[in-house]
Amino acid sequence: MNTIVRRIIGAVPVLLGISFLVFLLMHLAPGDPVMLLLGDDATPGEVARVRHAWGLDQPLLVQYWQFISRAVVGDFGRSLKFGEPVIKLIFERLPATIELASMSLLVAILISIPIGTYSAIKRDTLFDHAGTGVALIGVSLPNFWLGIMLIYFLGGQWNLLPVAGRIEYGIEIKPITKLFLVDSLLTANFGGFWSAVQHLLMPAVTLGTALAAIVTRITRSSVLEVMRQDYVTTARAKGLSEGVIIRRHILRNALITVVTILGLQLGALLNGSVITETVFSYPGIGDLLIQSISVRDYKLTQVLILFFGVIYFVVNLLVDMLYMLIDPRIKL
Amino acid sequence: MLRLRYFKVMVGGIILAGLVICGLAAPLLAPFDPQEQLLESRLQAPAWLGGRAQANLLGTDNLGRDILSRIVYGSRISLLVGATTVILAGLVGCFLGAVAGYFGRRVDEVVGKITEIFLAFPFLLLAIALMAFLGQGVINIIIALMVSRWVQYCRVVRGEVLSLKERDFVTAAKALGARDYYVLLRHVMPNTFASVTVVATFAMAIVIISEASLSFLGLGVPAHIPTWGSMLSEGRSYMNRAPWLTIFPGMAIFVTVFGINLLGDGLRDILDPKLRRQI
Repeated sequence: MNTIVRRIIGAVPVLLGISFLVFLLMHLAPGDPVMLLLGDDATPGEVARVRHAWGLDQPLLVQYWQFISRAVVGDFGRSLKFGEPVIKLIFERLPATIELASMSLLVAILISIPIGTYSAIKRDTLFDHAGTGVALIGVSLPNFWLGIMLIYFLGGQWNLLPVAGRIEYGIEIKPITKLFLVDSLLTANFGGFWSAVQHLLMPAVTLGTALAAIVTRITRSSVLEVMRQDYVTTARAKGLSEGVIIRRHILRNALITVVTILGLQLGALLNGSVITETVFSYPGIGDLLIQSISVRDYKLTQVLILFFGVIYFVVNLLVDMLYMLIDPRIKL
Repeated sequence: MLRLRYFKVMVGGIILAGLVICGLAAPLLAPFDPQEQLLESRLQAPAWLGGRAQANLLGTDNLGRDILSRIVYGSRISLLVGATTVILAGLVGCFLGAVAGYFGRRVDEVVGKITEIFLAFPFLLLAIALMAFLGQGVINIIIALMVSRWVQYCRVVRGEVLSLKERDFVTAAKALGARDYYVLLRHVMPNTFASVTVVATFAMAIVIISEASLSFLGLGVPAHIPTWGSMLSEGRSYMNRAPWLTIFPGMAIFVTVFGINLLGDGLRDILDPKLRRQI
């Protein structure tokens, strides 16, 4: 338990570092953000008033202190363009991104674990080489191109799936958790559920492909490593069937590593969500980030990046700690 | 297995060499000026699909510009951004990793904390953030990708140096009176070359895909410079009428990145199999 406490305390300077880096970003911008908002016609009086209102006339460290002290109580200010509290905008969009990331994770698991395991068991066969080759293709595919091609073929040419949004126009889902899949099931709205699944399929495949490729390779090498262990040889010597050996002895041990890697790859999903949500006009926080950048809403951009950074860091920390609890041999 | 490794290196090397030749000899290879607009032959299908303009092998875009020529010129940006970023990020990452690993203690702690902060951001997101605030431009994109990428080198080199500095040849050099920086530069760093080469190869693939992603999002290089990512982004609006506007630039990115990943895979298996767990 001491290690976990130490790890949490050790996270504080990193979180402060993240916030300082994000804070500095705003000051990297060429030109004055106030001038960008007010335009060239603004009078010096107006500029000075807005600068004072935003606290931009204070020394840098004072500004940082104000930024941090407001952030810890959840006050991130208002979006310059949308006029609403930044935190409200983020939480409105967050469920969509969580739903997309979860579905992508599921797609990645369903593809990678069977292929990776079978490749390892059939090492150096045609299947293994094909699996490794497909994984390499998966890593090399730009996800925005994959998304566009899926839209073109599955959405446009064959008209199989909807190409944008979260749900069909006209279908209402009563918000409980704001996760459409969960809410539609809770309210027994199966039409809504089916529509949400259809809207999620292409973005989830787009986002999950690269992850599936990475996890396939890791599953393969992890299974190969476990297959070399003495306890597997012992299980064979005892005369256990190959199916039992794979299920009970190999997969159970190999999957510890795979689960950890899946957890650590959540960051990659956040990375990809920005692009995938843009391609599919999917209303999550990745899409919000690109919108905020395109309208030069620096305040919203800054908070979104801080949000992404903190979420990524905290998820990694939790996965590390979970790993330690599952496997006490690991010392962080 | 040995033959497969060399096969990967060979195929990957040929693709990378193709990119380099395309980039360097673009004016000789491109059949047209990539900026030349011929509005009367806009959105022409590729010549082999029966397009009216027989000379446009991969068709034309919405302004009548030749797609093949733009792809050939687009390779210049991928090559320039890819190579420069990999070299600069490599220099920064190797320096910090070497110093942290060799001198340890406080230096290692400080570098470790900085590394942790940079690792706290998903890689592309940090680049998107930097580009959002720095603005479009080739130099800005190199800076943004370099800032987001040096960490990988730093981690690998630090790990290597930590183990190398305990080896006998380092102890011998020190016993002969060699200074720390001399030992580090002359005896330790050359031994990290294999790992750094492998990291650099994979980094090049990631940087090329990231540059294309940033250009696709409109955050990359200015719109008038042809890049594969911006071609894809422009082509999206005409996807149903002219799918070749998105298919061919995407193929160019995919083949390049696939080739470099193949090269990296082969090099890793030949030069440094233990990196398999880290990359």
